[in-house]
Amino acid sequence: MTRAEPLIAFRDVRKVYGKGEAEVAALAGITFDIHPGEFVAVMGPSGSGKSTTMNILGCLDTPTSGAFVFMGVPVQDLDRHQRALLRRNYLGFVFQGFNLLKRTSAVENVELPLIYRGVGAWERRRRARVALSRVGLADREHHTSSELSGGQQQRVAIARALVTEPAVILADEPTGNLDTARSHELMRLLTELNEKSGITVILVTHEEDIAAYAKRHIRFRDGLIASDDRSA
Amino acid sequence: MLWQTILLALREIRANTMRSILTALGIIIGVGAVILMVTLGGGVTVEIARQFDSIGGNLLFVNPGGQFTRRASDSRNFKMRDVEVLRRQLPGLFGITASVGNQAEVVFGSKNKRTVVIGTDNEYFRVRLWKFAEGRTFTDGEVLSGKPVCIIGEEVRQDFFGAQSPLGVKIRVADISCEIIGLLSPKGKDIFGNTEDDRVIMPLRTVQRRIIGNDGINTIQISIASKADIEPTKKRTAEILRELRNVPEGQPDNFEIDDIQSFSAQIQSVLTVMTLFVGAIAAVSLVVGGIGIMNIMLVSVTERTREIGIRLAIGARESDVLMQFLIEAMMLSGLGGFLGIAFGLGGSALLTPLLNIPFVFNAEIVVIAFVFSAFIGVVFGYFPARRAARLDPIEALRYE
Repeated sequence: MTRAEPLIAFRDVRKVYGKGEAEVAALAGITFDIHPGEFVAVMGPSGSGKSTTMNILGCLDTPTSGAFVFMGVPVQDLDRHQRALLRRNYLGFVFQGFNLLKRTSAVENVELPLIYRGVGAWERRRRARVALSRVGLADREHHTSSELSGGQQQRVAIARALVTEPAVILADEPTGNLDTARSHELMRLLTELNEKSGITVILVTHEEDIAAYAKRHIRFRDGLIASDDRSA
Repeated sequence: MLWQTILLALREIRANTMRSILTALGIIIGVGAVILMVTLGGGVTVEIARQFDSIGGNLLFVNPGGQFTRRASDSRNFKMRDVEVLRRQLPGLFGITASVGNQAEVVFGSKNKRTVVIGTDNEYFRVRLWKFAEGRTFTDGEVLSGKPVCIIGEEVRQDFFGAQSPLGVKIRVADISCEIIGLLSPKGKDIFGNTEDDRVIMPLRTVQRRIIGNDGINTIQISIASKADIEPTKKRTAEILRELRNVPEGQPDNFEIDDIQSFSAQIQSVLTVMTLFVGAIAAVSLVVGGIGIMNIMLVSVTERTREIGIRLAIGARESDVLMQFLIEAMMLSGLGGFLGIAFGLGGSALLTPLLNIPFVFNAEIVVIAFVFSAFIGVVFGYFPARRAARLDPIEALRYE
C-alpha cells in the first residue's frame, strides 16, 4: 500500500438488461475510483445509468462484466449472502422515499441495522439514541413515521444509515421528496457527517444546488461517464 | 435477535388481529377437537375403571338365552340347582349369587314409584361390593322362608323418606307389604346416567313366589378371586351349564356369559374409534388451517414487499428474512394451537360435569398439540417465507 487504496474501484463495469434483440446496456463500461472521505454527487438524466451504478455500489446488484472492488473485495464474485454482509457492515442507505418501517417508532427504525448485527438490546438503544441526537431528533424517538414530517423522516433514515458507523452512506435522491428549506438542512447534515466523521457520502441527485454540497461530481450520459470533476 | 423477531411477529399479528384469528381458525378447531376428545376420553376411561371397581372386580354375568337361540325352551331360566353345581365345581371363587329382577310398583303412603325389585341372597352384597349405610342383611330364616323384608337403595330412600331413616317402615312392593331392614350406601351414577341406587332388594324366594310366580333364576353373578382366572372360569362355567341344560354337541350355548372386563374393552374400542375419527377430522382441519396460514402469509409477503426490501438493503441476510416470516407463521399457528387448547380444555371443563365423568388433564396431549401446531406453521410458512427471502431488494424497494 504505497498510496491510499481506493475505497471503491469500478473497472470497465458493464450492466446489460434483457437478452438478444431486447438487450439494453445500462452501463457501457464505467471506470472510476472513490477514496475514503470523499463526498461525491452522481448526476445525469434518467436512464443515464446512475441508478444502476448506485445499485451496484450498494451491493444490491452485480455487474454483467467488469470489476467492482469495495474495500479490496471483488464484489462481482460474491454471492447474495456475502453481499448482504457487506451492506450490513459497511454501507448505510438513504432513499428518496425515506423507507422507514410503518408502525415503528423512530428509535426502533434506527435500531434495525443493529438488530441484524446482533447488538444487544441495551447497547442498541443507546447507539440509536446517539444517532438520533446527531440528526437533531433526540426528542422524537418514540414517534412513528406517520407522526413525523418528511424532513424528520429523512433525518431518521440518516440516523439509521449512520448508526452502524458505515464506511459509506449511499443517498439516492434524498431530497427528492423535501421542500427547499428541508433539502438544504439535510444537505448540511450530510456535509457535517462527511467532514466531521469522515464518512464517505455518495449522493444521486438531479438538482444542481443540492449537488453543489458535494466536492466531486460524476455526470452520466447514456451509460458512460460524461464528466468527473472535483471542485476546489 | 430471536427475541426481537418474536416481538416483531407478535406486533404483526396484533396489527391484524381479526385476520390472524380467522387465519388460525382451522388450527383452533383442529387442536380444540383433539384436546376435547382426548380429555373427555380420558375422563370416560377413569370413570369406567372407577365403576368397575364399584361393581365388583372380576365379575361374570350369566344370563339365559344366547345369540342364536330362538326357541323359548332354550332361553329358560336357571334353577337353584345350577347355582349349587357351579358353586361346588368352580375353583377360585370369591362368591356366586343368584338373582331375579323385575320392574315393580313400590308404594309408601301417598307416594309411589316404579323401580327394579331384585330377589337374591346375602352373597349378592359381597359379590357386588355393596356397603350398608344402615340396618342389616337377611337372616337365614328370612331367606329360607321368603319373608317380606327388603333392603333399599339410597335413591328409594330419598324419594320416600327424604333424609329420614327408613328402618322398620313398611312399604308396599307389588302389593306385598314389606318391612325395610336395611339401607345401602350409594354408588352414584354411571357414565350413561344410570344408577344402581334405585333398587329394592328382597330375599330370592320372596320375589320368586310372591311377585313372579315361579322358581326361575335369571342372573347368576360369579365373582372370581384372581383376574387371571376369568377366562378359564368362563370356559368351565360354559361346560358345566351346557351339561346341566342338555345342550347337544355342536349346538350353540343357550345362555350368555359376559364379563365386565370385555365390556370395558368394548367401551375402550368405541372410544378409540371415536378418537381416531375425531383425529381424522382434526387432521383435515389442521391441513386446511395450514393452507390458510400459507395463503395469508403469501398475502402478507406481498403487502410487505417494500419492508422486506428495506430490511434486505440495510443488511438482513436471506436467512434473517426467512426466519422472520417462518417465526411469524409459527407464532400464528402456535397461537391457534394455544387458543385451540384453551377451547378444548374449557369445553371439557364444561362438559365433564354434564357427562358425569371426571376432568382428566392430559399434559402430554397439550404439549404435543402445541408443538404440532407450531410445526404446521413451519411447514406451511416455509414457502411464503422463502419467497420473501428470495425477493430482489432492488425490485422490492421499488414496489408500491
